[in-house]
Order: sequence, then C-alpha cells, then structure tokens
Amino acid sequence: MKHASIGVLAALGALASLPASAADADLKALREEIAQMKNAYEQRINALERRLVQAEGTLVQAKAAAETSAKQVARAGDGKATGFNPEIGLNLQGALTKTTLDPATWTMQGFVPPGEPDEIGPPRRRGFTAQETELTVSANVDPNFRGYLNLALTPGNTVELEEAYFQTLGLGAGLTVKGGRFLSGIGYQNEIHPHAWDFADAPLAYTAFVGNKLTTEGVQVKWLAPTETYLEFGLEGGRDNSFPGGARNKSGTGIGAAFAHVGGDVGPSNTWRAGLSYIATRPGGRSYEGVDGAGLATTVSFAGDSRTAVADFVWKWAPNGNAKERSFKLQGEYFRRTEDGRLMCAERDTSGACGGAAGITDSYRSAQSGFYLQGVYQFMPRWRVGYRHDRLDSGTPGFGPTLVATDLPQLAPFKPTRNTVMVDFASSEFARLRFQVARDTSRGAGRTDNQVWLQYVMSLGAHGAHKF
Amino acid sequence: MRRILLALVAVLALPAQAALNVLATVPEWAALAQEIGGDRVRVASATTALQDPHHIDARPSLIARARNADLLLATGAELEVGWLPVVQRESGNPRIQSGQPGYFEAAGAVRMLDVPARLDRADGDVHAAGNPHIQTDPRNMLVVGEALSVRLAQVDPANAAAYRAGYAAFAGRWRAQIKRWEAQAAPLKGVAVVSQHKAWVYLYDWLGMREVATLEPKPGIEPSLAHLAKVREQAVHNRPRMVIRAAYNSARPAEWLATETRLPVVVLPFTVGGTPEARDLSALFDDTVARLLKALQ
Repeated sequence: MKHASIGVLAALGALASLPASAADADLKALREEIAQMKNAYEQRINALERRLVQAEGTLVQAKAAAETSAKQVARAGDGKATGFNPEIGLNLQGALTKTTLDPATWTMQGFVPPGEPDEIGPPRRRGFTAQETELTVSANVDPNFRGYLNLALTPGNTVELEEAYFQTLGLGAGLTVKGGRFLSGIGYQNEIHPHAWDFADAPLAYTAFVGNKLTTEGVQVKWLAPTETYLEFGLEGGRDNSFPGGARNKSGTGIGAAFAHVGGDVGPSNTWRAGLSYIATRPGGRSYEGVDGAGLATTVSFAGDSRTAVADFVWKWAPNGNAKERSFKLQGEYFRRTEDGRLMCAERDTSGACGGAAGITDSYRSAQSGFYLQGVYQFMPRWRVGYRHDRLDSGTPGFGPTLVATDLPQLAPFKPTRNTVMVDFASSEFARLRFQVARDTSRGAGRTDNQVWLQYVMSLGAHGAHKF
Repeated sequence: MRRILLALVAVLALPAQAALNVLATVPEWAALAQEIGGDRVRVASATTALQDPHHIDARPSLIARARNADLLLATGAELEVGWLPVVQRESGNPRIQSGQPGYFEAAGAVRMLDVPARLDRADGDVHAAGNPHIQTDPRNMLVVGEALSVRLAQVDPANAAAYRAGYAAFAGRWRAQIKRWEAQAAPLKGVAVVSQHKAWVYLYDWLGMREVATLEPKPGIEPSLAHLAKVREQAVHNRPRMVIRAAYNSARPAEWLATETRLPVVVLPFTVGGTPEARDLSALFDDTVARLLKALQ
C-alpha cells in the first residue's frame, strides 16, 4: 500500500518536472495543484500508516490478553490442586471373601490378641463386604504448615479418626515436625495406606506386633541428613492408646519410637531403602478376653515393658526406572518383641476361672519374632502378580510359678505361617481389581484356613502423591 | 578402622557449596538451566528421558537431592503432581516449597494449549492447567528461559548479571536455530500424524502438523486392542503419514499399528537424552526435526 502510493507520487513528480512549455501562470497553477495532490496523498499515507500501527497494536494487545487469560486459567488450575481449597479424596475398598473356617474364630495362636480387629487385617466376614472407606482432606494451612485428615468409614457404620495431623513445611535444616494423630514412621509398610498395599490384608507380623498398623497420637520429629545418600532419623512420642501399648494414665509420653532409614539408587533401574526402628512402651493393663483350658471365660492383662525392634528393607527394579511396562518390588520386614512384666489372669463373668475374681498375678516374660517377605512383579502394563510369605515364632513365654500354663491356652507356643498369592489389574492408577488366595495356619496346628479374596480399590477426587 | 571412617566421610561428604544447587524434575529444564547458568549452577535432573514423568516414585535419592537444592525447577501444570509434593515435603527444605522463590514452574511462563473445559477423570488423566508437555515447542524455551533467568537472578543475586548475559547469549543462538529448524521442517506443514500419548500438541502447533488420532483412548490410559483397531479403521480415511511415540512410551502399540497400516513409527526423543543423538537442547530439536523428515520420505 505504502509502496504503491510512493510509486504514484514518483510518477507525479516525474510529470511535474516535464519541461515547461506552457505559460508561467499555468505552470504555477499546475505546480500548486501538484503540491495539493502531494499534500493530500501524504495525509492519506500518514492516516494509513497510523491505522496500520493501530491495527498492529490491537493485535498485540489481543494476543497478550489471550495469553494472560490462558495463564490465569493455568493459575486457577494450579489453585485447584494446591491452593486454598482443600484437596478431598475418597478411597473405596470392598471385597468378596470366601474362607474355609469361620472368620469369627480367627486367632493368632501363641500371641496376645492385638486389640480390636479392624478391616485391614485377616478376613472378618465371609461373602460381600465393604472394607474401609477412607475420606481424606488436606491442604496447606499457611506457608509454614500443612493439615491432613483421614477418616475411615467402616462397614459397621462407625467413623474412625485414622489420621489428623499438622506437618511443618520446610522448617529448615532438614527438619520436619508432625503433630496430632498419624501413622508412625516405623518400618516400611506402616506409613503406607491400605489402598496402596500390594495385598488385600496386612502382613501377619504387622497384625501380631502392632495391630495391623501403629498409630501415634503425639509428636514426630524427623531429620534428613544433608548428604548425597538418603539418611533420615526420626523420633516419636505420644499416648499409648494403640497396641502394643494401652491403658496407662500418665502425663508425658506413653509410647516412644525411634527410626532410621537409609536409601539410594543403583544405576537408573534399581532403588532401595532399608531401616531400623524401635518401639518402647509400658502398658499399664493391656488386657484381652480369653478362655482357660476348660473353656471358662477369663480376662488376661499385662503390665510391664514392651519393646519391639523392626528391620525393614525394600528394593524396587524397573527397566531404566520406567515402571510403566515392567517392574519388580521386593519387600521384607522383621519384627522382634520382648515383654517383661506382670500378667494377671482373672475370671470373667463369674466363670470361676483363674482363681476367681481376685485372679492370679505373677511375672511374665516373652520374646516373640516374625517376618514377612513379598515380591510383586508387573509383567505387562496394568497386570501384576505377587507372592507373600509370613512366618511368626511365638517363643515360649516364661511364667512365674503361680501362673498355670493351661489357664492361658492362647499363649501356648506356636509358629503361625501364611502363604499368599495375588494377581491384580489396574484399569488406571486410580482403579484396581485384585484376586488373592491365602493359606493361613494362624489358628494353630491342624486348623488351616484357605482364604479367597476378590477385592476392588478405587480412588477418586484429589489423590495425594504416594510415598516411596 | 580409620579407613572405614574415611570411606564413611567420603560417602556422606557435603556437596560443594560453590555453585547454586539446581534440581530439575525433567531433563529439559536441567539442560536449559545449564545453558543459562553455565558453571554458576550445579544441575541435576530427577528423571531421565526414558522415564514417564507422570509416574515417578518419590525415591529416597530424590528426597536427599531436594534436601540440598537451592532451586527446584518443575514443569508444573500437574505433570509432577503424583510425586513432587512428597519430595518437597519430605525434604525439610524451606527454599524449594511451593510459593518460595526457590520453586519455579515452567508452565507459568507459557501460553498453555489443551486447557480442558471440564475436569472429569472419565476423560483420563487431564490436567486442569492444560497440556504440560510444553518443551516440545522450542519457542517455549525462550519464554521459560527468560523467566528462569530472572528467577536465577532472584535466588542468586550475586550472579544476576551472569544469568542475564547467559540468557541473552542463549536466546540469540536459539532464535537463529528456530529459524533454521522452521526452514528445515517446512515440508511437515499440514502433515497428518497419529501419536501415542497427547505429548506433542506444542510441537504440532509449532510446525503446523495435524494430530488425527492418539493410541491412548484417553490421556494416560493404556492403549487397548479395541481402541487400536478403531484407530486403524480411521486411518483409512484420515490418512496419517506416521505414528509418533516418545522414547519412554511402550513400543508395542505403535508397532502393532505400524504393521497393520504400513505406517512408519517415529520414536522422538521427547526430551534431552531420549535418543543417543539428543545430547543437549539444540540436538534435541535437530534430532526431532530430522526424524520427522526422515519418516516423510
């Protein structure tokens, strides 16, 4: 446009410089006319240039506006995940179970029953059952704290406060402090929620030694060493309201735990983590309801020191660290618990067992151990197979002279074992269907239970990132 | 005993404090930080090009690295949502928490594509902020690089001038290279392609290519045989010229479609290190363009 106008002007200019043959007045008039035309064209060109600049400006503005709005959308999206609105998630878990023995008769021979049974241990019901439904709410409280809540809705229509804690966000110097009720940092599987487990139920060692999971109600301090190798130390103190603690009315800490974890990579394909943990508590009257040798109802309670040591190890392999196609995970934990104190056996409901209402009290010592080892192999996208071996050793308890072993048949020595095989299919990372069979000898010699599980695990809503 | 102690000290030795410690979630931002920061930064990438950046374990080694990082470079747009929050929290490092200057999201600097109108997991693994694979368009490296150089200067003010100069030098080189790639890639304009994952919208937007189908039925959902058969049927009508997958994607779905339709499979590096040729940022696009052109022949 501009070039064309200049061309026209140039032509006019050439015309204007034609040799003068007309009169001076004519020439003057002609020159004036040309000057006017020149002026007019220049004005038009200027106007056109202004319009062009304006148009370009509008375009840039429109582009900028589009980009800003896109960024605003992006920021709004970020806000959904990490901002002011809490992340809300729901985990649905249910199963169809078939057992050869009645789940109500389940007991772990040789071991003190680990408190009230819950949904994440051995099968509790046959047939269809909704397991725990977990509702989680979490958000950053302010730049320094994060809050987390996990409610378990049980098939018995009760709501359990699984976890409710605050956590510091980057306190500095590698320190993290947690307060409230939370899954203890001991061992490996303890901090992992059941929906992320590789099997439908907890390992037997977890059931026997910490009642499927150890929950601390108190404070946790963790320190991550400033080293290239992962090295983490943790201390916990809290009230002992969960197994193996219990029933002590005391200010300060009723249960203490300490743990150390070390981990690293071997090439891009292998990752490992190992740890040692220690749990110390002093139950004041941890009791269970049993029967004596004659089948009469008893109440047995323990008061004394309970100390548990845990060694854990996990190794994960995936070709080039890409677990989408194939991967393998080997995981094992070893527990050893020693208890030293006094055991009281008394009648329950005037049954007349264990010396009646007064009961019998004497010294009690035990050293019990157990481990599980499991391997899970993902052989193609979405499909995994796994095998788990559980083995426990109750040891032989040392009773004081007035306690009679036949009054305490639950504590008669035994070595429970269980073998479990599972195969699962994940339609996405949020939905998993699992088939699992197990052969469980926990109840004692000659009382083997064959268990079949068909389980679903569905996660919806905001789904927090998983731990290693 | 003394030798054991020495070995222990060596293993646990503190990292050198001289350079700024930068931890990038993915190799492309590590490479970009290296281009801009030069020897003033010590850069590590949490993942390699052969790993799926959506699905990474919050490995102990990553937490240990995050503990000492001065600057954490992430893509953002929820790409790392499945693992980075755990790494940040467990690190106990206040510098790299979200909202701090030491936490940088590349997506914040870029015009996002594929921003979903609705958020429903029935649509697969959708990201509210838009498609997070922004590194496949080299023009984004300029805007991200500029924002990154500003951030580097903010975190490490002593070297601010060096970061500005580093970016200016990079941007000059990069603009010339973009012109060269655009000239080379001219024959790719309007070419119809099938991709495995919706990982290339920014690349297609840059080169004017057309995605006519994806092998994943929904983003992040593994390709099924039924869906692949549908893609094969559609290919009769929409006539794609090639099947494109990233180096980290499973090879089987693309190969199945390739044998069924006689289409060439193009394995693109996706990020630095995805192919032997893609050693650095400019080699990444050299190789990407070369591989696409080769498939056209």
